[in-house]
Amino acid sequence: MLPLANTPIVMVVTIRILWEVKSMTQAMPMQKAKLSKKSGAAYLMNALKKQNVELIFGYPGGAVLPIYDELYDAGIKHILTRHEQGAIHAAEGYARITGKPGVVIATSGPGATNIVTGLADAMIDSLPLVVLTGQVATSVIGSDAFQEADVLGITTPITKHNYQVRKVEDLPRIVKEAFHIASTGRPGPVLIDIPKDIAALQAEVDEDPVIHLPGYQPRTKPNHLQIRKLVEAVSSAKKPVILAGAGVLHAKASEQLKEYAEQQGLPVIHTLLGLGGFPADHPLFIGMAGMHGVYAANMGLYECDLLISIGARFDDRVTGNLKTFAPNATVAHVDIDPAEIGKNIPTAIPVVGDAKATLLALIDQNGKKPECEEWIETIEGWKKEYPLRYDRKAKDILKPQKVIELLHQYTNGEAIVVTDVGQHQMWAAQYYRLNKPDAWVTSGGLGTMGFCVPAAIGAQLAEPEKTVIAIVGDAGFQMTNQEMAVINEMKLPIKIIIVNNEALGMVRQWQEIFYKQRYSSSLFTSQPDFVKLSEAYGITGRIAKTEEEANEVLKFAFSSPEPILIDMRVESMENVYPMVAPGKGLHEMEGY
Amino acid sequence: MRSIITLTVMNRPGVLNRITNLFSKRNYNIESITVGHSEQEGISRMTFVVNVEDERIIEQMTKQLNKQVDVIKVTDLTHQSIVARELALIKVSVTQQNRSEINALVEPFRASVIDMSKDSLVIQITGESEKVEAFIELLKPYGIKEMARTGTTAFPRGTQKTSSLPSSFSIV
Repeated sequence: MLPLANTPIVMVVTIRILWEVKSMTQAMPMQKAKLSKKSGAAYLMNALKKQNVELIFGYPGGAVLPIYDELYDAGIKHILTRHEQGAIHAAEGYARITGKPGVVIATSGPGATNIVTGLADAMIDSLPLVVLTGQVATSVIGSDAFQEADVLGITTPITKHNYQVRKVEDLPRIVKEAFHIASTGRPGPVLIDIPKDIAALQAEVDEDPVIHLPGYQPRTKPNHLQIRKLVEAVSSAKKPVILAGAGVLHAKASEQLKEYAEQQGLPVIHTLLGLGGFPADHPLFIGMAGMHGVYAANMGLYECDLLISIGARFDDRVTGNLKTFAPNATVAHVDIDPAEIGKNIPTAIPVVGDAKATLLALIDQNGKKPECEEWIETIEGWKKEYPLRYDRKAKDILKPQKVIELLHQYTNGEAIVVTDVGQHQMWAAQYYRLNKPDAWVTSGGLGTMGFCVPAAIGAQLAEPEKTVIAIVGDAGFQMTNQEMAVINEMKLPIKIIIVNNEALGMVRQWQEIFYKQRYSSSLFTSQPDFVKLSEAYGITGRIAKTEEEANEVLKFAFSSPEPILIDMRVESMENVYPMVAPGKGLHEMEGY
Repeated sequence: MRSIITLTVMNRPGVLNRITNLFSKRNYNIESITVGHSEQEGISRMTFVVNVEDERIIEQMTKQLNKQVDVIKVTDLTHQSIVARELALIKVSVTQQNRSEINALVEPFRASVIDMSKDSLVIQITGESEKVEAFIELLKPYGIKEMARTGTTAFPRGTQKTSSLPSSFSIV
């Protein structure tokens, strides 16, 4: 009887289970209804919004039409530059100022190849970018289709990482990974190549993907043991210096750098890209080192007994001849990228870590201060005896150095300074004394002419309220001057200062010094009228040929809320000094 | 200095291109590469034999490889006790007279004849590079018609001598 008596209960249980299964299957379609079909491009827009992208720099074309169609009403602002190179340099300027990844869209083939220079530039200067390129449809990849180029192949050596989206399902994950990779560790550009059919395809996709990157785990916290070693080395040093690079800026660690330098009484030298990381007017600041660095900074590096490099990579333009670089120094190298440590300079104290985390750890240790009064006095002596100099008495001709000093004066040293590459860049680095971080945008590692005008657009969009000055040579200006159209269109109050010496100044200088004044293809015999050119773009143009005129036009320019271009006709044969000739050591400077 | 580096990498499109690209970008010379699946799905194993001037270059190579997002692990086997093997297929000319002479070479090298025709033999040999090299030298006088070699693939041995632990790089 017992089993029988049990039977109805079992049945009830069975029915209950069946009912539950049924109700679950009924619930399923309702959940599915939330996952409606969308195009790859729509998923892309959503993924970008999830990353808080406010601005995209780009240029449409055939392969990105589905993406631009979604962008039309996606609520993300798009800046149409006049060339893809302009888009990517603008994104670099934006990234340098905000620290957030700059986003670029370019079409397949020529669109993608036009951004190659910008990718290489961002890679070598560690700027976070997420670059989206169109690609021909998956069915024709590899057939030499119209506007097809092997973008992955071309960009592999000049990106931190790159992807080609082969399934719509992967899009949200790839975008999330791209932003993560671009902005963490040592920042850099990440490219996503999106075939046209993938962007157009309708699919149901999970928009909240989990990212899985077992091969990418950047280390940010410094090793405790190395920190202790460094603290000890500082305590016993007699001639210590800090060499601070852009890593300090990327890590937003300028305050910590100042605190640490003050705590330990350590003098600070900057690389070109690091400028602004430590206040130029601080008594512990020595100056910029390198090929056109100041005497005190280069001699400081040459004679120091402890060199603490923070977020700098010992570029050849900083070190000069490696054989005679810091010959008596114990080298401590703080870098987030382990591959930079020991790459060029043998390192005694390697510290892999983020500049901020490392400086905080060092401040926290509060080690014994080094006894280096004599050393500080020596440095002070160098600073007084060999300051930067040029012929300040020349009144009838305009000295380029004077132009930079005037810019500093009229902007109270508080502008965001964007430069191109060449002589004017070095003068700007030398004479525009920056006291604040994230106010300096320049192409350092790659030395990309044409960088300035578009990068200034990105910088101004990043900081709409700040004064942005674009200091550019007459040669570099002509490489990307079409972007004045964007400046006018958006009424960006950028002040473009052309340091016009009617030459490829730095090339001319090297030909003068090293090639017996044989000025091969470096002097312009004909130039456009820059004032008329800017007016054609709707931007007020002015010209200045003397110091007095320069004062007048700058007074006018900085009292105007409009974009203005000034053609500064400077002394054409002026050279940048001091200078370390290529192959020479830092102590073999000339012209100081 | 001859060194062996092994990598485990995510098996993603273009990963081999990334790695070889890095070698050419950084101006490193590769002697041989082998690539194949590992014991885990989706993960491949690569073995590189490189010739470098000094230890610093190996260290730099290892670090640059480690930076690749698709690279999971880099192991420098230079200072470890390892088992390494490569394989070669050698087609050698034979005549009635020397056929048995060549056959006699095969045995001590633990090679094997895998194809035979009227005037040629195909011999397969596996072993460390030096052994394969020595075998090829021995066969040369008979006339090598064709040869195909794989690169070296290698493993660290299960038990390591204490003195042969991997050189510790200064960064940790």
